[in-house]
Amino acid sequence: MILEQVLNGVMLGMVYALIAVGYSLVFGILKLLNMAHGSIYAFGAHMALFIVSMHFGLLPAFLFAILTTGIISVLMDRIILAPLRAKNAPNITALISVMGVSYIIQNMMMIIFDSTKKTFPKLFDFGNVTFLGVTLTSTQIAMFLIALAFLVLLTVVVNYTKVGLAMRASRENAKAANMMGIDVRRIVTFTFFISGMCAAVAGVLVSGYYQMVYSTMGTEAGLKGFSAAVLGGIGVLHGSVVGGIIIGVAEALAVTYLGGSFRSATAYIVLFIVLLIRPSGLFGKDNIVKV
Amino acid sequence: MQKKMLEVIDLHTNYGSIEALKGINLEVYEDEIVTLIGSNGAGKSTTLSSITGIVPSASGQILFEGTDITKMKASDITKLGIGVSPEGREVFGGLSVQENLKIGAYTRKDKKEIAESFEMVYDLFPRLAERKKQSAGTLSGGEQQMLAIGRALMSKPKLLLLDEPSMGLAPNLVDLIFELIVRINKAGTTILLIEQNANMALQIADRGYVLETGKVTLSDDAKVLQANDDVRKAYLGSAE
Repeated sequence: MILEQVLNGVMLGMVYALIAVGYSLVFGILKLLNMAHGSIYAFGAHMALFIVSMHFGLLPAFLFAILTTGIISVLMDRIILAPLRAKNAPNITALISVMGVSYIIQNMMMIIFDSTKKTFPKLFDFGNVTFLGVTLTSTQIAMFLIALAFLVLLTVVVNYTKVGLAMRASRENAKAANMMGIDVRRIVTFTFFISGMCAAVAGVLVSGYYQMVYSTMGTEAGLKGFSAAVLGGIGVLHGSVVGGIIIGVAEALAVTYLGGSFRSATAYIVLFIVLLIRPSGLFGKDNIVKV
Repeated sequence: MQKKMLEVIDLHTNYGSIEALKGINLEVYEDEIVTLIGSNGAGKSTTLSSITGIVPSASGQILFEGTDITKMKASDITKLGIGVSPEGREVFGGLSVQENLKIGAYTRKDKKEIAESFEMVYDLFPRLAERKKQSAGTLSGGEQQMLAIGRALMSKPKLLLLDEPSMGLAPNLVDLIFELIVRINKAGTTILLIEQNANMALQIADRGYVLETGKVTLSDDAKVLQANDDVRKAYLGSAE
């Protein structure tokens, strides 16, 4: 019983991790909490729904969602955030702006897709699999594996490729990265695209899991992903993965043992406890300012 | 005379409403070591930031091998062949020594040539070879300075800009760094050296420029500047 809930939590937690990584990537390079990330995630789910409703099938839906969501994420940066950076606007200005963008995206979806809950096809439904005496649905397992695959892909890109090296350098010291010939603006654009991609994949996976898409679906998922990122130490990729799994498991256990109404509150209780003990998150680096 | 490599013509640069550079003129010829000396706030680092495209200049012109680079992006300027070791070193503390060097070669494509540059840098700074895998933030000040210079060399620059390489280093390390600068120059890299340690800088330089409050007040052969009474009083700390 407890193992079953833990595994359920791990499956969903992997998707939270994917959302969390999107926050972490952007925060790492711009020190900005991308509060539009939840809406961008919902946008991804709606783009997939659009293609599915045209009967083009799931794979095209996935690809279309990734592409369009990546693009909207990049557009947000190019149109709103980049000009603010060019004017050396304080960080709080950018924060308010992304909150605004969040509502704009959400409203656009309400206008175009209306605000009802729409059904989304169950992803990869091949029946159940029994593992360690626990029964998991193929949808859950597929969700877990796809999220994991994207996280692995991302880790490889960030740690072992040239563009990943440039991302890490820009995160450390954008000015010096610029002097070394790295076009930091392009790296930021790339980061926003990847972040949007993660949100879209997570959005499609969760929609397939709950078989439901609606315009405000990003609010809760966004906050969970954000909590997972902070829990693991925002800006640290593997921290986001661990954070996501912890939030997922805590939530699953809370639903079983405390009741469904404790679902969301539990994530925050866990978050508070962890932050009281480790204020910069599980894997977060203490912010030592070097002179 | 040698080929003119860098030419700065009547360069003005502002920081907000502050006029940091009020018409700088300077030239660097191929294979030279040219030094820019002056006290704190004279505009030495601003000159360098303007050349590398980090700070936009208000007016004037910067030519590199005849190409106008005044309005060019920093990344394109690196590609043309200007490498920089910035003030305060600015190494990537969280990345390894090797990764820092790899970033130095970011604008280059040829793997074989990059490997050669790695060899050259490790040869020049054996200390860095020993600490390849170590993160740059854990290096000593002298080692970080070596890394900053090595990183700049990884772009295979024709012109190397060095901003205060002696800053905060113990005297024996300063000697070592200056020795290495001469070696890099002998191996065929032109150098523009910015220094507060005017004494050391003028000893290794061919020519020097003296900067005061955003203007060049003196320029001459390094030997002549070393003998100049005003320079000696103001920057060399000897009044006799």
